[in-house]
Amino acid sequence: MLNQLTISALTAKLARGEVSAREATQACLDQIARVDGKIHAFISHDAADALAQAEAADQELAAGVQKPLLGVPIAVKDVLAVKDQPLNCASKILGNFTSPYDATVIEKLKAAGAIVFGRLNMDEFAMGSSTENSAFGTTRNPWDTDRIPGGSSGGSAAAVAADECIAALGSDTGGSIRQPAALCGCVGLKPTYGRVSRYGLVAFASSLDQIGPFTKDVRDAATLLGVLSGHDLRDSTSVPQPVPDYPAALTGNIKGLKLGLPKEYMVGGLDAEVKAAVDAAVKKYAELGAEIVEISLPHTDYAVATYYIIATAEASANLARFDGIRYCARVDGADPIELYSKTRGAGFGPEVKRRIILGTYVLSSGYYDAYYLRAQKVRTLIRNDFLKAFETVDAIVTPTTPTAAFKAGEKSGDPLQMYLSDIFTISCNLAGICGLSVPCGFTQNPKLPIGLQLLGKPFGEETMLKLAHAYEQSTPWHQEKAAL
Amino acid sequence: MASVEIDVKYVAHLARLALTPDEEKQLGAQLGNILGYIEKLRELDVTNVEPTAHAVPLVNVLRADEVHPSLPHEDALRNAPQKGGGLFVVPKIVE
Repeated sequence: MLNQLTISALTAKLARGEVSAREATQACLDQIARVDGKIHAFISHDAADALAQAEAADQELAAGVQKPLLGVPIAVKDVLAVKDQPLNCASKILGNFTSPYDATVIEKLKAAGAIVFGRLNMDEFAMGSSTENSAFGTTRNPWDTDRIPGGSSGGSAAAVAADECIAALGSDTGGSIRQPAALCGCVGLKPTYGRVSRYGLVAFASSLDQIGPFTKDVRDAATLLGVLSGHDLRDSTSVPQPVPDYPAALTGNIKGLKLGLPKEYMVGGLDAEVKAAVDAAVKKYAELGAEIVEISLPHTDYAVATYYIIATAEASANLARFDGIRYCARVDGADPIELYSKTRGAGFGPEVKRRIILGTYVLSSGYYDAYYLRAQKVRTLIRNDFLKAFETVDAIVTPTTPTAAFKAGEKSGDPLQMYLSDIFTISCNLAGICGLSVPCGFTQNPKLPIGLQLLGKPFGEETMLKLAHAYEQSTPWHQEKAAL
Repeated sequence: MASVEIDVKYVAHLARLALTPDEEKQLGAQLGNILGYIEKLRELDVTNVEPTAHAVPLVNVLRADEVHPSLPHEDALRNAPQKGGGLFVVPKIVE
């Protein structure tokens, strides 16, 4: 089944002329037709456009053109601009919006020969941890369709896990790549802040957002990261730093690397099966020659509170642009203020409204110092925890999530409980470091994936990928598929 | 966990966000809970700690002053709810 292949396996077959890009793309489209009624990973997809791109790729392949992703179907979260395709951020408010330009990462994918297709479901404006906050319906976990796939990039994780595409892009503001990757059993990577251009990514919290890959193995994550990374004049927060050959870092040799185990992550609320899987992974790392070092990240307990001030404050400012003037499904009013209010009141869903109100409140006169400024200071303490730890260790290992996938509806009535499900992934964004999730086992009954999180130094993606790859190659987890 | 009172109606006005009375009530309760949780940041001593606005310290990012292609006019207007004469059309602002 071509749709089950990794990027490396598919590109090898394409290069040898064993299969065509059209066949690979058709296999993904067939899988979508077969399973997406149950999974609902895609809000929409343009099959004719995907096949036209595939035929163009086949012509290039026949002409001997070499590009790293030539003929590889890659699907995209509905938060990234793809020229002439719809862009809704899984919200009603954008109406019939179509993108007038390509995001930088989309330009890079296209230049690398990828077939860029589909609009993957997500929590509205990337706000959520379950993909239940979509205005286009809930995505289901391929391992158990009564359960959520995680979020906010739930569609991306589910589509990769269900083999509806070869790989996918998502975005991660507080765990929105790593958490769904863990819950769906695929690899998800959040790059260091500034590694990947955010141009063409609809902003949620600008100081935390990064775009990253969802893949079926670590090698594919390395390949895709190499394509996505690099400085961009159109994003002043992208960092002018050379892009290493990430796949070359996957040597399998991790002897002598120091892996930190933060004591604050292995306590309260951690599910017993998740803990056992992570303990076993740490043991595997020791067998593979890594040195395990207990470390402390003392401000861990403050990360969720800090995040929900900073992220909502930035969101309340970023989402001001959805006012019904230049785009959006406008609701008329007697004057512009009434037009803005009515448009936004009708267009935004409950979680987005909640965060806009919270963000506006923490920035408002009289509360700014007590909430926003204080949170920015605590952010410094959290960041310093990591920088101090990285003086002695090469990377940090933790569970990605406290539990496996929860049931749809289980937490949707209690926003605070939903926020606390991101407890292990949030600090990484506040500190601006890189992180990934790699499959590390399953719960027994029901069988649900468990994710292992690796956190790397700023621009330490090579070491992080090397560690993830060595573990993955010595365990069977990434080869398991959900029965669909 | 202490709950915090928040004037949702006033904040919604600042945010230009029309809420129904039911939404106001529900948001007030939920945000009170969340702010109660956030109160834990007061436990920390942050005297002499510099705030972090951005994790990667880049300052004064400059680029060469060169002309590059930008979004064509018609593309900038393509998603406008209402347009005319090459412009966005909005309700009357000045009497």
